[in-house]
Amino acid sequence: MGEELCLNITNLTTLFKTRKGAIRAVNDLSLKVGKGELLGLVGESGCGKSVTLLSILRLIPYPGEIVSGTILFEGEDLLKKNKQEIRKIRGMKISMVFQDPMTTLNPVFKVGEQIRESLSIHGMIQPTHGGKFLSLFYDHYRRKPEYRRVIEIMEQVGISTPDSRYYEYPHQFSGGMQQRALIAIALSCNPSLILADEPTTALDVTIQAQILELLKKINRERSTSMIFVTHNLAVANEFCHRIAVMYAGRIVEVGNVDSIVRKPLHPYTKGLLNSIPRMTDKSQRIEPIPGNVPDLIDLPEGCAFKPRCQWAQDRCNELPLLKDLGEDHFVRCHLS
Amino acid sequence: MKTRIYFIKIRARLFWWNLVDVFWKMVAHRSTLIGAIVVALFIFMALIAPWIVPHNPLEGDLFKRLVPPFWIPGSTNYLLGGDELGRDIFSRIVAGAEISLWIGFLSVGVSILVGTLLGAFAGFYRGLFDELISRFAEILLAFPFLIFAIGVMAMMGPGFWNLIFALTFKGWVEFFRLIRGEVMSETTKEYVEAARASGLRNRAIILREILPNVVHSLIVLGTLRMGYMIIMEASLSFLGLGIQPPMPAWGSMVNSGRPYMLNAWWISTFPGLALLTLVLGINLLGEGLRDILDPRLRID
Repeated sequence: MGEELCLNITNLTTLFKTRKGAIRAVNDLSLKVGKGELLGLVGESGCGKSVTLLSILRLIPYPGEIVSGTILFEGEDLLKKNKQEIRKIRGMKISMVFQDPMTTLNPVFKVGEQIRESLSIHGMIQPTHGGKFLSLFYDHYRRKPEYRRVIEIMEQVGISTPDSRYYEYPHQFSGGMQQRALIAIALSCNPSLILADEPTTALDVTIQAQILELLKKINRERSTSMIFVTHNLAVANEFCHRIAVMYAGRIVEVGNVDSIVRKPLHPYTKGLLNSIPRMTDKSQRIEPIPGNVPDLIDLPEGCAFKPRCQWAQDRCNELPLLKDLGEDHFVRCHLS
Repeated sequence: MKTRIYFIKIRARLFWWNLVDVFWKMVAHRSTLIGAIVVALFIFMALIAPWIVPHNPLEGDLFKRLVPPFWIPGSTNYLLGGDELGRDIFSRIVAGAEISLWIGFLSVGVSILVGTLLGAFAGFYRGLFDELISRFAEILLAFPFLIFAIGVMAMMGPGFWNLIFALTFKGWVEFFRLIRGEVMSETTKEYVEAARASGLRNRAIILREILPNVVHSLIVLGTLRMGYMIIMEASLSFLGLGIQPPMPAWGSMVNSGRPYMLNAWWISTFPGLALLTLVLGINLLGEGLRDILDPRLRID
């Protein structure tokens, strides 16, 4: 972890209040992201990874509510900011890359225009009025510095022939190119933190590798911190500096990649690692984790993983704390 | 074929390439083309009406009272005959096209404006605002349109702007319901979330991100409703509540020929035919546009 912190979340709790009761999507979560760090947030579907990201930007949809905690971003608490202030941070200081690029790009606008708009929202360039009309008659944008700025960003994310790609619509892009365009939008204001919500899940494997390489390059060149949500530990292993494993709204294990992957200590992390199919050893069977994710309305007392854990004991009825094992490795289990 | 390729080449550069695309599909779709031509002809006729009317549509020549159209013996220089005050029916039809089209455009335009804005905000924010407006819209929907319009006109008195008001007072509901539904389904899509995450304010999300995605359905419903509004205006004018004589409105022309149906059928028939042709053209165009623009029906 770097010395300076980019993001420091402490005791964040996000509830979704429903008629059946409150769903504890994020439960007393603490997380630190250093400057220029790639943090992987790993866990099953429905364990609160995406809600954590949305909580950071305060974009929790209606029945949801951030009940407690602080989110310090560059020393300022995001939860104390008013609407205007948080809007200036969204897209400008913290931007987001979504899972499905096809639906995330607005289908009726040209890709270049969408990148240009993300610049103009935060006043990085002047919005053009009347430019659209004039561009009917001559190549208006070519002469403008903002057009060149968009082209520059498109080149940086590896969109080939940006001159003609500028004028194409999202459906004319391939999946990988769409994701590059989304990354271009996320990068446009040069944010210090990028929240990537499973950016490679909708892509095929070769494209996945390219996108990961692109994100790594961005991280290297601009030292942008990233929180990278994935349910794929193999991808997180390739990509991240540190990994945080989430289960039922809580962090169960945090540490740098090597210690998490080499010597996982929480039974859930072990289970996740055993569920990765390996090509080298045919005789080894994949061992799935038995059971299902617990109901987030009615969490089991104590350790949330207890009902699925093969080593569960009586003392697991008490909630274990996040134990510091040294070497930047924390685990929430009585047994380690 | 060559023109097609040419258009495909330049369309990436054009702001309105999809309009070009819609135009070519319209040409390929025969009934739409016919509808478009009919509507275009009527609009053209209304535009150049002052220069092409052979006689003054407002002043008659009592010697030419009830003269028959040109192919019946006894006809004069009145192409489609004269009415009960000796005015040229053809001139009145040409002049009346302008009023019908204005009523159609204005009432649909105002309805679209009101209905779209209310529908977009109600569909996006939901809550109390949506409840209030939706209930009000449902109350309006419970009235039959014609009876409602008769009531409004009876209260406010006849006149062009009162007519527009009576037609839009209930006309916006259709657009409100359409846009509200479309916006509600668009709001769940990820690009809205992404727009929020990039720091856009709600108003800008509605107007700049969501509305451009639902415009195509507005074009279709707007065209279809225009035909309906023109019929409504004709019905009100027929009942004497719309455009007042001596202004040439097709509905009141049909009405004025009613007592003479047996000996001078042309007074009512020709304005009625004009109305039929225009509304048929509009409906063909609207249905064709629906086939072309609705992605659910799109074949290619």
